[in-house]
Formats: sequence, structure tokens, C-alpha cells
Amino acid sequence: MFTVVLVLTVAFLFLFWLANHYVFRELSTISPPADVHVDSRTFAGAFLVGLAMFATLFLGVVLAVFLTLGVVSADAERGLLQPLVVRPVGRGTLLLSRFLGAGAVCVVYVLGVYFIAMSITGVTGHWWPDQIVWPGVELAAGVLVVIALSLLGSVVLSGTANGIAVFMLFGSGLVAGLLGSIGHALNSHAIKHASTIASWALPFEALYQDGLRMITERTSGLTGFLLQLGPFGGAYVHGWPIRVWAAFYLVAALAAAVALFARKDL
Amino acid sequence: MQALKGVDLDVGEGELFGLLGPNGAGKSTLVKIAVGLVRQTKGDAEVAGARAGSRAARGSLGYLAELFRFPGWYSANEVLELHQRLAGSRGGAAERRRLLELVALSEAADRRVDGMSKGMQQRLGIAQALVGEPRLLLLDEPTSALDPVGRRTVRLLLEDLRNRGVSVLLNSHLLSEIELVCDRVAILLDGEVVAAGTPAELSRPRGVELETDEGIRTIEGALREDAPRLVAEAIAAGRQVYGLRVLTSTLEETYLDAVGEETD
Repeated sequence: MFTVVLVLTVAFLFLFWLANHYVFRELSTISPPADVHVDSRTFAGAFLVGLAMFATLFLGVVLAVFLTLGVVSADAERGLLQPLVVRPVGRGTLLLSRFLGAGAVCVVYVLGVYFIAMSITGVTGHWWPDQIVWPGVELAAGVLVVIALSLLGSVVLSGTANGIAVFMLFGSGLVAGLLGSIGHALNSHAIKHASTIASWALPFEALYQDGLRMITERTSGLTGFLLQLGPFGGAYVHGWPIRVWAAFYLVAALAAAVALFARKDL
Repeated sequence: MQALKGVDLDVGEGELFGLLGPNGAGKSTLVKIAVGLVRQTKGDAEVAGARAGSRAARGSLGYLAELFRFPGWYSANEVLELHQRLAGSRGGAAERRRLLELVALSEAADRRVDGMSKGMQQRLGIAQALVGEPRLLLLDEPTSALDPVGRRTVRLLLEDLRNRGVSVLLNSHLLSEIELVCDRVAILLDGEVVAAGTPAELSRPRGVELETDEGIRTIEGALREDAPRLVAEAIAAGRQVYGLRVLTSTLEETYLDAVGEETD
């Protein structure tokens, strides 16, 4: 499985480099109207890094879900879990060790892909985000939240059902984020409100949006405005409140998983 | 649905206890309660003086599930090493060598689990259950995937464990195996113990078979103590007596009488 992940990741990074190469090569031929003050290099760079962050989050979530979707129910069905659970080590320890293992792999993966992709844009297009490190950290934190949810789901759902459920949650979160951008563009209170609720309900999405916001947080003017309207525009729920909430959410999901697992008959 | 109804069992120290019953009788549920995989709704279960499922209880037992698997990419040695760490055993490489030798897997110590036959994996499972020198071994169908040679290996192993004071609760469908090794047996049916005792106690007298010049005659209900009288009566009646055999029911016959046609 890791070979497949590695091959697909290398393929993605190659295609991303290719996209950067052609976009920045063509940039010199693009001239916005004289009265439209848009920094085309910033716009292109931010768009590409935003796209890379979306792809990184997606790949990270795919890896996270496949590492954890069958940790309890599916492994119990296959007989993998029982020899471990009867040992004196404790069910909570077993579950948390699976979280740490999957988390370590996914955090390294997400940070690696993010920094490589960002560097590709920086070296190819000579554009660097306003914030370098924190967006990657928030992406990795978002994936950790997904891992906690997947572990929780694995206690009560079969492997297949859990995989579907987590991917649907992930998709719902992404759609909610896009809705937020649309809602702000149209100044629709209802859509903005729905998106805000979704951000707090699915904080991995909020962390991703916050990371997007940070790559152009010091970009102002028309360029900044146009970026905010786009699909990689960034968060309307952002900052330390959502980060603290995400940390609490992660701990609560893990605690619920441990509690349910402790009571589960195998 | 009630899997067990007031089952009351004691497995003594150094005793080999066999659990028999048809599918759905509650044998596996009983074992799972003992090892902490399933919580009982009523009653108490203790293992080595500690509440079943507690850390202390789990630390003193070894378990082989009926359906179990090890990660395919692990070698036999790595499986045992993992379970040594989980069990807190300090036996190290010496313990792993000894256990693999015990189950005739010394030559396959570095072979991956997914490259082993089912029988080899079963024997590895038994070795895994013995990690940390448990006081009580719970084996759920330990010989189900083994050939006759493998079954004999396990039988001798169980006898060796009993001699070393390890208690064993053995759940099996193979009556012949149970009869050969177990000190005591309980027969479960619909969650209740319907018969229990030593194999000899469970084997009931079925009569006496007398061979004379008139042929073989079975006197049902006669006991071993009636044999001299029966021979004397036959001789007094002018018969030539060639032989006499005291008949007892096998454990299989006792089992079939106890469970009737119950099967799942």
C-alpha cells in the first residue's frame, strides 16, 4: 500500500511541477487591463499553492482513512484484534497507539507533500506564501482530526461503512467551505451561517480553510479580494478559537472511541 | 437471547478441563467472558483470583481464539516478540526459541505468517498463548486445523503443561481428544451444564457381554460386580463360557445422550 501511495504522490508532485512550469511561463504573456490592479504572479502562486493544499489534504485524508477504517470492527471480524485485546496492555492503550501510529505517518506525509509543493511554486514561480509553516501545521492537524473520527467510526461501523462515512464527512466539509466563499461573495447570511456551523461541526475543514487564509493573509487590494472569492480563498472562521476547538474536538473524539471500545463485546 | 444460564465451573490448578457442546451451546461465550472479550450481564467470573477481564486476570492467562489471525507480514519470531511486549514478558529470545521448539516451528522462526500453512499458524497461535508462562490457558478449538501428527503434538504439549501445574480450559469438538487428555469434562447445552465429571464418571456402565457356546449374549444393566455370578449361572446351566466383557459407554455416547439431536 505504501508503494502505491508513494507512486501516486510522486505522480501528483510531477504534475504539479508541470502545472507551475507552464503557468508561470505563460504569466509573462498575460496582461490585465491597465485600470485592474491585480498582481498576476501572486494570484497564480496563491491559486497553485491553494490547489496543492487541497490535494495534500485529500491525499492525507485518503491515507489516514485507509490506515484506520478497520482498526476495531473490521480487525475484530478478521480475528486480528482478539489476540491483542486479551493481553494486559488495555484497550485504551491499543486504540491510542493506533492513533499515534497513523498520526505519525500522516503528519510526516502531509508536511512533506505540503513543503515540497510549496517549494515547487516558490522555485518555479518565485512566489512564496505569506505564512510558510503554519498552513502545513494546520493541514496536518486537520488530518489528525479525521483520524480520530475514523477511529471512532471503526468502533461502531464495519470497515467499508466507516470508510464511506468518513469520506462523506470529508466531502461535506469541503462543500461547506466552498459554500462559505459563495455566501460571502453573494453576501447571503443564510449560506454564511450554514458554512460557519459546518466549520465548527467539522473542524478539519476549518483548519484547512485557516491554512488557506494564511498563505495570503498579507495580500490586500483587488488581488486579495479576488483570491478570497475563489475556491482557495480561505476561512471566515479562523484564528485561535477554531484551533483550540479542533484540539478539544480531537480529544473528545478519541475519548469517545476509547469509551465505546472499552464496552464493546468482541 | 441468553447465551449462558448460570454456568458454574471451577478449573483447578494444574487441571486439564474439557468443554464440550454442540454449536451455539455457549462454549465460546464462556471462554470469551473468562478472557474479557465479552462482559457477562449477570454473575461473577474470576480468573486466577482476579475479576475476569481485569488487567490482573489478563496478565495470568493465555488465550487462543477459535478464529484468529496474525498480521501476514510478521514472522513467527516477530509475532512472539510482539506478544512478549504486550504481556510484559522478559523471556526474550530464549523464550521465543523454546516456544517455537515446543510447537515444532523452530525451522520457521523467520518465515512470514502469510507464507505459513493453516496448521503452522495454528501452532504459532498456541505458542503465542504460552508467552509469559500463563497460569491458565484457554484454548478454543486448538486442534481444528491440525493433521493427526499436529494434534498429537498438541496433546503431548497439554499433558506437559498439566504436569507443570498450568491449568487448561480446552474447548473442542473432538471428543476423542478430550477423552484422551482431560481430567474433567463439562457438557454444555443451550447455555447450561447438562453433564460434568471425569471421563470415567461420565462413561456409564452398559452391561456385560457373555460369550458362550450359544453365542454372544448382552446382559443389559449388569455391573462388573455381577460378572462372577453370571459366569457361575451359565456354567450351572450347562453352557461353555469362552469370554466375558464389561461394557461402558464412550464419552461420545454420553455426549450424544446429553445433547440429543441438538446441532446448529
